[in-house]
Parts: sequence; C-alpha cells; structure tokens
Amino acid sequence: MTQNPLPSKEILLELYRRMLLIREVEEKIVQVYPQQEIRCPTHLSIGQEAAASGVTTALRRDDYVFGTHRCHSHYLAKGGDLKQMFSELYGRANGCAKGKGGSMHLVDPSQGMMGSSAIVGGTIPLAAGAALAAKMQGTDRVAVAFFGDGATEEGVFHESLNFAALKKLPVIFVCENNFFATHTPLSARQVIASIADHGKIYGVPGAAVEGVNVIDVYQTAAEMVARARTGGGPSILECRAYRWKEHVGHNYDFHLGYRTKEELDAWINRCPVCFIEKLFLEKKLVSENELGGIRASIRGAIDDAIAFAKASPFPEPEDMMTEIY
Amino acid sequence: MMARTLTCREALSEAFVQGFEKDPTLFMMGCGVPDPKGIFGTTLEVTKRFAPERVFDIPLAENGIAGFAVGAAIAGMHPVVVHQRSDFLLLAMDQIINHAAKWKYMSGGQLPVPLVIRSIVGRGWGQAAQHSQNLHALFAHIPGLYVVLPSDAYDAKGLMLTSLKVKAPVIFIEHRWIHEMTGEVPEGPYEIPFGQAGIKRQGSDITIVAVSHMVSDALKAAALLEKEGLSAEVCDLRTLVPLDWETVCASVKKTGRLIVADTGWRSFGASAEIAAGVYEKVGTCLKAPVRRIALPDAPTPCSSALEKMYYPGVDHIVAAARDLVRTGKAQHASAKPHVPSASAPEKFLGPF
Repeated sequence: MTQNPLPSKEILLELYRRMLLIREVEEKIVQVYPQQEIRCPTHLSIGQEAAASGVTTALRRDDYVFGTHRCHSHYLAKGGDLKQMFSELYGRANGCAKGKGGSMHLVDPSQGMMGSSAIVGGTIPLAAGAALAAKMQGTDRVAVAFFGDGATEEGVFHESLNFAALKKLPVIFVCENNFFATHTPLSARQVIASIADHGKIYGVPGAAVEGVNVIDVYQTAAEMVARARTGGGPSILECRAYRWKEHVGHNYDFHLGYRTKEELDAWINRCPVCFIEKLFLEKKLVSENELGGIRASIRGAIDDAIAFAKASPFPEPEDMMTEIY
Repeated sequence: MMARTLTCREALSEAFVQGFEKDPTLFMMGCGVPDPKGIFGTTLEVTKRFAPERVFDIPLAENGIAGFAVGAAIAGMHPVVVHQRSDFLLLAMDQIINHAAKWKYMSGGQLPVPLVIRSIVGRGWGQAAQHSQNLHALFAHIPGLYVVLPSDAYDAKGLMLTSLKVKAPVIFIEHRWIHEMTGEVPEGPYEIPFGQAGIKRQGSDITIVAVSHMVSDALKAAALLEKEGLSAEVCDLRTLVPLDWETVCASVKKTGRLIVADTGWRSFGASAEIAAGVYEKVGTCLKAPVRRIALPDAPTPCSSALEKMYYPGVDHIVAAARDLVRTGKAQHASAKPHVPSASAPEKFLGPF
C-alpha cells in the first residue's frame, strides 16, 4: 500500500470512468453473448478492471500498451474506440482489426494500443521491443505489457526482464495475477511468494498491490512510469485481483469445483468499482447523481456502439487475402 | 555502375552499410554480431560504422529477441536479427510464426512488421544434425513470412537491400558455402525484387529449378550436360516466398522436363511444392515425370563417411537429367543414400 494522499478529483473520476466503462461493456457482453452473434472466444475482465484503469491513467496517449487474450480492459482503458471494438466482436469490416482479429486481438495504434496476443506471454517481449524503439528514437515514451500470472512461467517473460534490465528500457511489466491459469491454481505452478519477486534476480524493481484498489494501482504505476520515462529503466507491477466469470465466456463457473462460490463472493464483496464509488460518496467528492450521470452516459454509448456494429457490413470475401505481407 | 569481384559475404557486408546509411530506422542485433569474427565477416563493417547504437550484441534468448524485434518494428524501427545457425531459429518459432507473421493481419493491416531475420546454414566438417538444417520450407509454409535464399554474391546484395526495405518479416537464409563464392557486384546500391526468379543459364532440353547452394551445383551440372549435348536451363528461385511461378512455368513449357534441386529434405519440402505447382499449372507440357534432388529424410550425420553420402550434388543432377531426357524415366535414387559426389570448398576446413 502506498501512503500517498489521494489523487486529484479529476484523476479519481478518470479512474472511475475507465473502470466503469470496462465493467459496463463486459456486463453488456454477458447479456448479448447468448444471442450467438459475437462469434469468437471472449474472455471477460469483470473483477479485474482496476489494473488496466490504474496503469493506463498513469500513461500518456502516445505511450504503448500491449494486451493479452483478456484484452477488453486494456483496449478500453487506453482509449480504444468503443464502436470499433463492438464491430470487431461482431466480426464486421469496420472493426478495430477489420474483423480479422476478434475479441482476443483488440488494437488501436492511434491510442497506443499496439495489439493483443492469444499466446500466453506473447506480448511481453513486444512491449520490451517497443520500449527499445522508443529509446533508440530518443523519445520519452513508455511501454506497458499486461499479462497474467501464467505468463510469468513462460521463457519470454524472463528473457524480457533480463533484456529490459540490461538495456534500461522504459517498460513496465504489469502482471494481472488472478491466481488461475484457466483452471490451474497458482499454487500448482509456482512456489514464489510474489510474482513481483521474479524481477529481483534480473535487477528489475517491483511492487505488488491489491488489484481491487485502483488508487493503489494508479499511484504505484505512476511512480514506475515516471522512473521509466526519465531513464530509470523497467519495473514490474503485480496487481492481485480476481476473475469473476469463467475463463472464457459469460457464465460463472464455480460449479466446476476448481474454486468455490464462497471464494468468489469474498472477491465480489471487494468489487473494485464499488470501492471507488464508496470512496466518492463517503468523502463527498462526487454525488450519487453525478455517478448516475456517468453511468447513464456510458450505457448510452455502449448501446449506440452495439447498434452501430450490428448495422455494419461484414468483410468481403476478397478481404481474406489482404494485409498478409 | 562499377562492378568488382566480391565474395558473397563482402557483398552482404556492403548491403548492410549501404542500407544503414540510407535508413536510420535500421538496426542489427544478434549474438556475436559485433564480435571480432563478425558473423563470418559479414557484420565487421557495419559494426565499425554503426555500433554500439545501431549494431549490438544480445543475450541468448532467441524467442525473446524475435519478440523484441517485432515490438521495435511496429514502433517504427526496422530490426535485422542475426543467427549464426538456422537451427537456433527453432527456439524463436512462437514469436516468428505466432507474432511476426500475423501482427499485420491481426491488426487489420495497421501494424506491419518490417523485420529481417538472417540465419546461416552450416554444411560439412561434421556440422551434424543441429548446425546444418535447411528450414526454408518450414517458414515458407507460414503465410506472412517472406523467404529469401540467395545463391551468389550479386543476388545476396540485391536481395538483402530489398529485404532491408520491405515492410514485412523476411527470413533471409544464407548457406555457409555461398559466403566464400565470388562474383561481379556493382558498387552502388541496387535491389532485386522478391518473386523474380533468375534464369542463371538458358537451355532448351530440361529445366533445373534450384535454390540456395544447389544453384551452383545445378550450374556445374548444366556445364557437364552441355558436353553431352544436353541443354539445361537453370532457374534460381531466389525467393521461395513469393514464388515466381511465371518464370518456372515458362521454362518448363519450353523444355518439357523438370528437375527440382533443393537444399532441404525431400519429404513435404520445397521440391514437393514446386513439383505439385508445376503439375497443376503446366502438367500437360511435361514430357517426363518431375525429378527431385533433395536431402534424404534423415538428420544430418556427423561422420565424414556418412556426411559425404548425405548431400546430393552435381553428379545426381547430371544423372537425373540423363535419365529424363534419354529414357523419360523418373527414378527415386535420391530417397536413398547417395554415391559420394559433393566435396567441400577448400576453405571449409576445421575449425569451422
């Protein structure tokens, strides 16, 4: 826990807006997914909104972000276009990847969202490479790799930590530790006490924060970003949060038995969106009316985006063979 | 433009310097790139001129390096990654195939990956199974990767300068035995477009389609065949992807006979693809079945006694040509161990 004073109201509202946008988009997908019109594997971020929101709020628009298969949160938090996202989910030609990527490959280079990989750990070296480019080009851009706890068992994670430390790259490695690789618990895979400790052997400083406390995420990330931007090199940030829904899809899955409903309920009680709403009301920073207004405007934008996507054309047959080389 | 006689490695070295002078986004990384041997001499000059900012050594992390290169490429740079042996690329397949080859497509064309991956194929002096693999067919199978195989000094420079400009991943495979080969090379920069095969020798009786080091064997075979009154045309593919079907098919239509001479394994390889493509496109023009010269389906043996039987060469091409023209028969000798024919260039002695 950082002991810093609260960020400004403006920042707090921004953190809230990003988290609520992610939550509302995902909840809308839960509603519409059974219609079988979003025809791609969809991994929801409900419960994990704080990592993407907190980290990206500490970034500039021209900083780079790389996502995972569970990338809706990364894309939305970094400013990815909502209409293009739903068009992509619905497989339309005007999707953010022209219908060639889908839910696991959201991308918006105009916002610094440089793409997402469905290979665990796949974008970690890409973020290091983008940071290398930023450094070689003499800019002060920073790159962020989001990845799950499973990715920290992949070779490229360790190769990237070593290289980033060696070259003092402006990159933040952000682990969204939700304690499961699909259904396999972290305890069956690693003995290390904290994911952030992986950085120690390579000389990469790290911190672990409660990934349900967006203020903590933001403040810790902001320190790491400032350090990276001024030539201080890479950091690793572990955000511990919980995936409420099943690994892929819109249902709950405690019936499978790999985790219990009690465990899930304990995390739902620590809802990252409710956390900040409560703070607003307790500290009388933002009124209930104001919060309602934000929510209504987000819901309106989501409805518009879905209507836009559904009214959009599918790709043409000849599009299949373009943009390969 | 002045031309001089250069070795292939000198021609490559010149391509890097000329490319780097022109394009500030180019940089080169790889294990041993700036070391005193400079990747068989190919990187000494570019190191002298552009290290350490744009030419540097890296940790031994092949998959990571491929990923760093992809990340740098989509962020505005144009990396050149170097591997002293193609075999080491197998450690980087996730980043090359899942990421480099697909990032442009998966981003709807927004994020192309300008990237050159150089790798060198070893042969001889007991290189054995993990220092000698010809993996071009494996990469050519993957949509999104260009696959370039120069066979001589002129092509090496021109194809490298094109590779340094193309905004897509290029797998650039250099056979170690072409490095010492000499040829006329213009001083200034020039480019050889991808997908443009070179007719390295004109002929009328038989077409020999070859890649990489097999081109020089095919040319030697053609010279021997000429003495027997057989006119062989040698078509150097230069790039396996894209493949210049037009030139290949035009030659086969003219000669009616095809030998494919590949540096790779026989089964499921480049020779199979070329044979199939020719049958599909101009099969009715063939006067005899297609004949393939390729490696037997075994890992490369170390012992010189086995190694010299492992590699097909000039004699095999000559024998296949005689069979095709005189009897019209296709045999399958190259599926079995070969009679010794290949001898290493004199410069390839130990340590190598």
